[in-house]
Amino acid sequence: MFNNSIVLNSTRFILLILAQVLIFNHLNFMGIINPMIYILFVYWYPLRENTAIFLLVSFLLGFSIDLFSDTMAIHSAAILTIAFARPVLMRFCFGANFEFQGFTFKNTTQVQRMTFLGLLIGFHHLIFFSLELLSFSHLLLILKKVLFTGIATFLICLLLSSLFAKETE
Amino acid sequence: MQRIINFILSNRNAFLYAFLLLISLILTFRSHSYHQSKAFNSSKWLTGTVYQTSDNITSYFNLRKENSSLVEENRRLREQIFNLKIENLTVLDSSTTNYEVVAAKITKNSFASPRNYLTIDKGGKHGIEQDMGVITTKGILGIVENTSTNFSTVQSILNTNSNINAKIKNTDYFGSLVWNANDYNTVQLVDIPRLVPVKIGDTIVTGAMSSIFPENIPIGFIKDFNLNDAQSFYNINIHLFNDMANLKNIYVISNKNREEIIELEAKTNNVQ
Repeated sequence: MFNNSIVLNSTRFILLILAQVLIFNHLNFMGIINPMIYILFVYWYPLRENTAIFLLVSFLLGFSIDLFSDTMAIHSAAILTIAFARPVLMRFCFGANFEFQGFTFKNTTQVQRMTFLGLLIGFHHLIFFSLELLSFSHLLLILKKVLFTGIATFLICLLLSSLFAKETE
Repeated sequence: MQRIINFILSNRNAFLYAFLLLISLILTFRSHSYHQSKAFNSSKWLTGTVYQTSDNITSYFNLRKENSSLVEENRRLREQIFNLKIENLTVLDSSTTNYEVVAAKITKNSFASPRNYLTIDKGGKHGIEQDMGVITTKGILGIVENTSTNFSTVQSILNTNSNINAKIKNTDYFGSLVWNANDYNTVQLVDIPRLVPVKIGDTIVTGAMSSIFPENIPIGFIKDFNLNDAQSFYNINIHLFNDMANLKNIYVISNKNREEIIELEAKTNNVQ
């Protein structure tokens, strides 16, 4: 069971990187929209695992994508922050009972899961695009990119997560 | 002491988070101001190989279009050669040439972020070095930023750090070519004085001030212009000749005299 989880997560790790850098980084829908589907890693990662390893692995995932897309360490900073904030966001979306042993995603409603995914994407994109442009004179451009890319990421993540629904425990 | 250790241990995830965030912020801010990181970029072996493999598969789909654009360029160059009245033009004597050209292919293009870098499939092994100019069949593209043995990254003109000398064609009024990150088909030419007659539709080419690009390489044409806040210089919007979203074959230009020029400039600056 333990090994199974490691294999599953490593496969996810590699496949998400490849999908992101080879497909989704080159979509350029409407010129600027590149959905960031690797956020699904944080969404899918098992609940009761070592937090330190989770943070390190998320950082590595972001950093690999940074290497491929020449973006310094922006992806890493953004995904690291939502990985760190995940317990808080989960308490907000699923209530206090997510800490109990019996809690799985199966017991939650579709709306709760969508809120959780939406919050992850919202925070990630806000951090990502603020760091990417890093200027107050571009505030409108930042908000525009957060909104449009966020919607695209959300839709594609919903599609992918229902496509691979069996894997998500 | 015991308490401090206990405090650190009980908050170790927060500390780990802060540490990793600090690393990424340092990496990000360091390259915001000037250059991309030397150690972490997509010209490295692993990233370069992944991009090349994917390019080997997908590049077949555009062959027909690429061929016709290269034939069109050949036709234009042939026409120029036939109309020049100099003997033996096809014989290149290496002692008289100033620029050398290496052909390469783009394996990764990007234009949606404010700091765009491209990856190409030639590197140090093929004679490519930092600060060489990169052009396409239609106009300029950028400057080589980092090289590994087999691959290089190119800082695109669609990069807020990019700053290239450019002028209005057939005049000697020059300014700096920059990008404001808004539209990937439009770049800005700044520092053109107010007294210069500027017309919509005028062609913009590279200037003679740069030791990277040869003079008179096309860039784009003037879309619109207005005066800056101080009312003394023009801000000119330029529509690029290149379709930045659709690029494949490129040329890397190396200037043989560049080292000499830089050395001379450094000497002159020291004297002053």
